[in-house]
Amino acid sequence: MRFAVLQFGGSNCDKDALHVLRDVCGVDTDLIWYREGLKRDYDGIVIPGGFSYGDYLRAGAIATRTPVMADVVRHSEKGGLVLGICNGAQISAESGLVPGVFTINEYPKFICRDVFLKVGNTDSPFTSAYSEGEVISLPIAHKEGRYVASPEDIEALERENRVAFRFCDENGEVTPESNPNGTTGNITGVLGKGGNVLAMMPHPERASEDVLGSSDGKKIFDSMISYIESL
Amino acid sequence: MIFDVKITISLKSGMLDPEACAIQHALSNLGFETEYLNNSKLFSVGISADDSESAKAKAEEMCDRLLANPVIHSYSVEVTE
Repeated sequence: MRFAVLQFGGSNCDKDALHVLRDVCGVDTDLIWYREGLKRDYDGIVIPGGFSYGDYLRAGAIATRTPVMADVVRHSEKGGLVLGICNGAQISAESGLVPGVFTINEYPKFICRDVFLKVGNTDSPFTSAYSEGEVISLPIAHKEGRYVASPEDIEALERENRVAFRFCDENGEVTPESNPNGTTGNITGVLGKGGNVLAMMPHPERASEDVLGSSDGKKIFDSMISYIESL
Repeated sequence: MIFDVKITISLKSGMLDPEACAIQHALSNLGFETEYLNNSKLFSVGISADDSESAKAKAEEMCDRLLANPVIHSYSVEVTE
Protein backbone atom coordinates (compact mmCIF):
# COMPACT_ATOMS: atom_id res chain seq x y z
CA MET A 1 0.00 0.00 0.00
CA ARG A 2 1.33 3.41 -0.92
CA PHE A 3 -0.09 6.89 -0.57
CA ALA A 4 0.89 10.15 -2.25
CA VAL A 5 0.59 13.64 -0.80
CA LEU A 6 0.67 16.36 -3.45
CA GLN A 7 2.67 19.52 -2.97
CA PHE A 8 1.91 22.70 -4.91
CA GLY A 9 3.54 26.08 -4.58
CA GLY A 10 1.75 27.44 -1.51
CA SER A 11 0.65 24.11 -0.03
CA ASN A 12 1.27 24.27 3.71
CA CYS A 13 -0.43 21.21 5.23
CA ASP A 14 1.44 18.73 3.04
CA LYS A 15 3.92 17.70 5.71
CA ASP A 16 1.20 17.38 8.34
CA ALA A 17 -0.63 14.89 6.09
CA LEU A 18 2.66 13.12 5.34
CA HIS A 19 3.41 12.84 9.08
CA VAL A 20 0.01 11.37 9.88
CA LEU A 21 0.19 8.81 7.09
CA ARG A 22 3.83 7.80 7.61
CA ASP A 23 4.42 8.20 11.33
CA VAL A 24 0.98 7.83 12.89
CA CYS A 25 -0.63 5.32 10.50
CA GLY A 26 2.61 3.65 9.39
CA VAL A 27 1.82 3.74 5.67
CA ASP A 28 4.44 4.21 2.92
CA THR A 29 3.81 7.69 1.54
CA ASP A 30 5.51 9.82 -1.10
CA LEU A 31 5.49 13.60 -1.14
CA ILE A 32 4.93 14.57 -4.78
CA TRP A 33 6.02 18.00 -6.04
CA TYR A 34 3.43 18.94 -8.64
CA ARG A 35 5.95 19.19 -11.46
CA GLU A 36 7.01 15.57 -10.97
CA GLY A 37 3.56 14.20 -11.78
CA LEU A 38 2.49 10.76 -10.63
CA LYS A 39 5.13 8.35 -11.87
CA ARG A 40 3.51 5.22 -10.46
CA ASP A 41 0.15 3.95 -9.24
CA TYR A 42 -0.98 4.91 -5.75
CA ASP A 43 -3.69 3.48 -3.54
CA GLY A 44 -4.61 6.83 -2.07
CA ILE A 45 -3.84 10.46 -2.89
CA VAL A 46 -4.13 13.36 -0.47
CA ILE A 47 -4.49 16.90 -1.84
CA PRO A 48 -3.45 18.94 1.19
CA GLY A 49 -4.47 22.30 2.56
CA GLY A 50 -2.72 25.61 2.06
CA PHE A 51 -2.93 28.53 -0.31
CA SER A 52 -1.78 27.12 -3.62
CA TYR A 53 -0.71 29.95 -5.92
CA GLY A 54 -1.86 32.51 -3.38
CA ASP A 55 -5.52 31.72 -4.07
CA TYR A 56 -5.10 33.86 -7.20
CA LEU A 57 -8.20 33.98 -9.39
CA ARG A 58 -10.15 31.61 -7.09
CA ALA A 59 -9.00 29.25 -4.36
CA GLY A 60 -7.68 26.14 -6.09
CA ALA A 61 -8.21 27.42 -9.64
CA ILE A 62 -4.54 27.49 -10.67
CA ALA A 63 -3.52 24.19 -9.04
CA THR A 64 -6.45 22.49 -10.78
CA ARG A 65 -4.93 23.28 -14.19
CA THR A 66 -1.55 21.63 -13.48
CA PRO A 67 -0.71 18.33 -15.24
CA VAL A 68 -0.47 16.42 -11.96
CA MET A 69 -4.18 17.04 -11.42
CA ALA A 70 -4.91 15.32 -14.74
CA ASP A 71 -3.03 12.34 -13.22
CA VAL A 72 -5.23 12.59 -10.12
CA VAL A 73 -8.42 12.67 -12.21
CA ARG A 74 -7.26 9.55 -14.09
CA HIS A 75 -6.50 7.86 -10.74
CA SER A 76 -10.01 8.69 -9.50
CA GLU A 77 -11.62 7.44 -12.71
CA LYS A 78 -10.02 4.05 -12.03
CA GLY A 79 -11.62 4.06 -8.58
CA GLY A 80 -8.54 5.23 -6.65
CA LEU A 81 -9.10 7.14 -3.41
CA VAL A 82 -8.62 10.92 -3.31
CA LEU A 83 -8.89 12.96 -0.11
CA GLY A 84 -8.99 16.74 -0.63
CA ILE A 85 -8.54 18.73 2.57
CA CYS A 86 -9.31 22.47 2.76
CA ASN A 87 -7.42 23.93 -0.25
CA GLY A 88 -7.41 20.33 -1.48
CA ALA A 89 -11.22 20.35 -1.23
CA GLN A 90 -11.36 23.57 -3.24
CA ILE A 91 -9.07 21.98 -5.85
CA SER A 92 -11.21 18.81 -5.89
CA ALA A 93 -14.33 20.88 -6.59
CA GLU A 94 -12.60 23.01 -9.25
CA SER A 95 -11.44 19.76 -10.88
CA GLY A 96 -14.95 18.35 -11.00
CA LEU A 97 -14.03 15.45 -8.71
CA VAL A 98 -16.96 16.55 -6.57
CA PRO A 99 -19.83 18.82 -7.68
CA GLY A 100 -20.15 22.46 -6.63
CA VAL A 101 -17.60 24.95 -5.34
CA PHE A 102 -16.19 26.07 -2.00
CA THR A 103 -16.37 29.86 -2.10
CA ILE A 104 -15.99 32.86 0.17
CA ASN A 105 -17.53 32.61 3.65
CA GLU A 106 -20.84 34.34 4.28
CA TYR A 107 -19.05 36.69 6.66
CA PRO A 108 -15.93 37.21 4.57
CA LYS A 109 -13.19 36.60 7.09
CA PHE A 110 -10.74 33.81 7.83
CA ILE A 111 -12.07 31.42 10.49
CA CYS A 112 -9.65 29.26 12.47
CA ARG A 113 -11.17 27.22 15.29
CA ASP A 114 -12.42 23.82 16.36
CA VAL A 115 -15.90 22.85 15.18
CA PHE A 116 -18.25 19.93 15.71
CA LEU A 117 -19.19 17.75 12.78
CA LYS A 118 -21.89 15.15 12.34
CA VAL A 119 -20.88 12.13 10.30
CA GLY A 120 -23.51 11.70 7.60
CA ASN A 121 -22.31 8.57 5.86
CA THR A 122 -20.51 5.63 7.43
CA ASP A 123 -20.47 3.45 4.31
CA SER A 124 -17.80 5.34 2.37
CA PRO A 125 -14.10 4.39 2.09
CA PHE A 126 -13.35 7.52 4.17
CA THR A 127 -15.87 7.21 7.00
CA SER A 128 -16.37 3.50 7.70
CA ALA A 129 -14.50 3.75 11.03
CA TYR A 130 -17.12 6.17 12.38
CA SER A 131 -20.47 5.16 13.78
CA GLU A 132 -23.76 6.42 12.36
CA GLY A 133 -24.46 9.98 13.47
CA GLU A 134 -21.18 10.22 15.40
CA VAL A 135 -20.23 13.75 16.48
CA ILE A 136 -16.56 14.61 16.09
CA SER A 137 -14.41 17.67 16.62
CA LEU A 138 -11.95 18.91 13.99
CA PRO A 139 -10.36 22.29 13.32
CA ILE A 140 -11.28 24.50 10.38
CA ALA A 141 -9.03 27.21 8.95
CA HIS A 142 -10.39 28.92 5.86
CA LYS A 143 -11.90 32.00 4.29
CA GLU A 144 -13.39 30.20 1.31
CA GLY A 145 -15.28 27.21 2.66
CA ARG A 146 -18.92 27.98 1.94
CA TYR A 147 -20.20 25.13 -0.19
CA VAL A 148 -22.40 26.17 -3.11
CA ALA A 149 -23.89 23.85 -5.72
CA SER A 150 -26.89 23.80 -8.00
CA PRO A 151 -30.19 22.67 -6.43
CA GLU A 152 -30.00 19.56 -8.63
CA ASP A 153 -26.53 18.69 -7.32
CA ILE A 154 -27.56 19.28 -3.69
CA GLU A 155 -30.61 17.08 -4.20
CA ALA A 156 -28.42 14.34 -5.73
CA LEU A 157 -25.93 14.56 -2.84
CA GLU A 158 -28.74 14.12 -0.32
CA ARG A 159 -30.49 11.36 -2.27
CA GLU A 160 -27.27 9.40 -2.83
CA ASN A 161 -26.06 9.88 0.75
CA ARG A 162 -22.94 11.72 -0.39
CA VAL A 163 -22.79 14.32 2.38
CA ALA A 164 -20.00 12.99 4.58
CA PHE A 165 -19.89 15.79 7.18
CA ARG A 166 -22.09 18.65 8.32
CA PHE A 167 -21.36 21.34 10.88
CA CYS A 168 -23.36 20.74 14.06
CA ASP A 169 -23.42 21.70 17.73
CA GLU A 170 -21.87 19.60 20.49
CA ASN A 171 -25.08 17.56 20.77
CA GLY A 172 -25.06 16.72 17.08
CA GLU A 173 -27.87 19.09 16.18
CA VAL A 174 -27.39 20.57 12.71
CA THR A 175 -28.45 24.17 13.30
CA PRO A 176 -27.92 27.57 11.62
CA GLU A 177 -26.00 28.66 14.74
CA SER A 178 -23.50 25.82 14.32
CA ASN A 179 -22.81 26.79 10.70
CA PRO A 180 -19.65 28.95 10.86
CA ASN A 181 -19.37 30.00 7.20
CA GLY A 182 -22.91 30.04 5.76
CA THR A 183 -22.41 26.83 3.83
CA THR A 184 -25.44 25.25 2.12
CA GLY A 185 -27.20 22.83 4.46
CA ASN A 186 -24.22 22.95 6.89
CA ILE A 187 -22.37 20.77 4.35
CA THR A 188 -18.59 20.68 4.74
CA GLY A 189 -17.62 17.23 3.45
CA VAL A 190 -18.78 15.92 0.08
CA LEU A 191 -18.25 12.58 -1.63
CA GLY A 192 -17.74 12.33 -5.39
CA LYS A 193 -20.07 10.41 -7.66
CA GLY A 194 -18.31 7.07 -7.19
CA GLY A 195 -17.76 7.57 -3.47
CA ASN A 196 -13.98 7.37 -3.92
CA VAL A 197 -13.30 11.12 -3.56
CA LEU A 198 -13.88 13.08 -0.35
CA ALA A 199 -13.57 16.86 -0.38
CA MET A 200 -13.73 18.39 3.09
CA MET A 201 -12.92 21.79 4.57
CA PRO A 202 -12.03 20.65 8.15
CA HIS A 203 -8.52 19.37 8.81
CA PRO A 204 -8.38 15.71 9.93
CA GLU A 205 -4.57 15.71 9.69
CA ARG A 206 -4.45 18.33 12.46
CA ALA A 207 -6.51 16.11 14.76
CA SER A 208 -5.05 12.64 14.42
CA GLU A 209 -3.10 12.40 17.66
CA ASP A 210 -4.38 12.74 21.24
CA VAL A 211 -1.42 14.96 22.09
CA LEU A 212 -2.88 17.55 19.69
CA GLY A 213 -6.19 17.61 21.55
CA SER A 214 -8.21 15.33 19.29
CA SER A 215 -7.63 12.18 17.29
CA ASP A 216 -11.10 12.24 15.72
CA GLY A 217 -9.59 12.88 12.29
CA LYS A 218 -7.45 9.75 12.29
CA LYS A 219 -10.49 7.58 11.57
CA ILE A 220 -10.61 9.06 8.07
CA PHE A 221 -7.11 7.76 7.35
CA ASP A 222 -7.90 4.48 9.17
CA SER A 223 -11.02 4.08 7.02
CA MET A 224 -9.04 4.64 3.82
CA ILE A 225 -6.41 2.08 4.88
CA SER A 226 -9.06 -0.51 5.81
CA TYR A 227 -10.80 0.01 2.51
CA ILE A 228 -7.58 -0.47 0.53
CA GLU A 229 -6.72 -3.59 2.58
CA SER A 230 -10.17 -5.01 1.80
CA LEU A 231 -9.69 -4.79 -1.98
CA MET B 1 -3.86 41.11 -35.65
CA ILE B 2 -3.96 41.81 -31.92
CA PHE B 3 -7.35 42.43 -30.40
CA ASP B 4 -7.89 44.06 -27.04
CA VAL B 5 -10.41 41.87 -25.24
CA LYS B 6 -12.17 42.89 -22.06
CA ILE B 7 -13.46 39.90 -20.09
CA THR B 8 -15.80 40.58 -17.18
CA ILE B 9 -16.46 37.79 -14.68
CA SER B 10 -19.46 38.35 -12.40
CA LEU B 11 -21.39 36.30 -9.89
CA LYS B 12 -24.62 34.90 -11.29
CA SER B 13 -27.66 36.83 -10.14
CA GLY B 14 -28.94 35.64 -6.81
CA MET B 15 -25.48 34.48 -5.63
CA LEU B 16 -24.43 35.86 -2.26
CA ASP B 17 -21.50 38.29 -2.61
CA PRO B 18 -20.10 38.88 0.90
CA GLU B 19 -17.31 41.18 -0.33
CA ALA B 20 -19.78 43.41 -2.16
CA CYS B 21 -21.92 43.58 1.00
CA ALA B 22 -18.89 44.64 3.05
CA ILE B 23 -17.91 47.31 0.48
CA GLN B 24 -21.47 48.62 0.37
CA HIS B 25 -21.46 48.81 4.16
CA ALA B 26 -18.15 50.73 4.15
CA LEU B 27 -19.55 53.19 1.58
CA SER B 28 -22.55 53.66 3.84
CA ASN B 29 -20.17 54.51 6.71
CA LEU B 30 -18.83 57.32 4.50
CA GLY B 31 -22.33 58.62 3.85
CA PHE B 32 -22.79 57.05 0.40
CA GLU B 33 -26.08 55.19 0.35
CA THR B 34 -26.26 52.79 -2.62
CA GLU B 35 -29.22 50.87 -3.99
CA TYR B 36 -27.03 47.95 -5.04
CA LEU B 37 -23.36 47.16 -5.53
CA ASN B 38 -21.97 44.36 -7.68
CA ASN B 39 -18.37 43.23 -7.59
CA SER B 40 -16.86 41.93 -10.85
CA LYS B 41 -13.43 40.95 -12.07
CA LEU B 42 -12.15 42.59 -15.27
CA PHE B 43 -9.40 41.06 -17.39
CA SER B 44 -7.85 43.02 -20.22
CA VAL B 45 -6.27 40.50 -22.59
CA GLY B 46 -4.38 40.96 -25.86
CA ILE B 47 -5.32 38.13 -28.22
CA SER B 48 -3.79 37.47 -31.64
CA ALA B 49 -6.46 36.29 -34.07
CA ASP B 50 -7.50 36.61 -37.69
CA ASP B 51 -10.73 38.42 -36.88
CA SER B 52 -12.76 39.64 -33.91
CA GLU B 53 -15.05 36.59 -33.97
CA SER B 54 -12.17 34.18 -33.43
CA ALA B 55 -10.67 36.48 -30.76
CA LYS B 56 -14.03 36.38 -28.99
CA ALA B 57 -14.23 32.59 -29.32
CA LYS B 58 -10.76 32.23 -27.79
CA ALA B 59 -11.72 34.51 -24.90
CA GLU B 60 -14.90 32.53 -24.27
CA GLU B 61 -12.91 29.31 -24.18
CA MET B 62 -10.55 30.92 -21.62
CA CYS B 63 -13.61 31.71 -19.49
CA ASP B 64 -15.04 28.21 -19.81
CA ARG B 65 -11.74 26.52 -19.00
CA LEU B 66 -10.26 28.77 -16.31
CA LEU B 67 -11.39 32.32 -15.72
CA ALA B 68 -14.97 31.56 -14.63
CA ASN B 69 -16.46 28.80 -12.53
CA PRO B 70 -19.81 27.95 -14.14
CA VAL B 71 -21.34 26.99 -10.79
CA ILE B 72 -21.29 30.60 -9.58
CA HIS B 73 -20.10 32.86 -12.41
CA SER B 74 -21.36 34.40 -15.63
CA TYR B 75 -19.09 36.29 -18.01
CA SER B 76 -19.16 38.79 -20.84
CA VAL B 77 -16.58 39.42 -23.56
CA GLU B 78 -16.00 42.68 -25.42
CA VAL B 79 -13.55 42.83 -28.33
CA THR B 80 -11.92 45.98 -29.72
CA GLU B 81 -9.08 46.31 -32.21
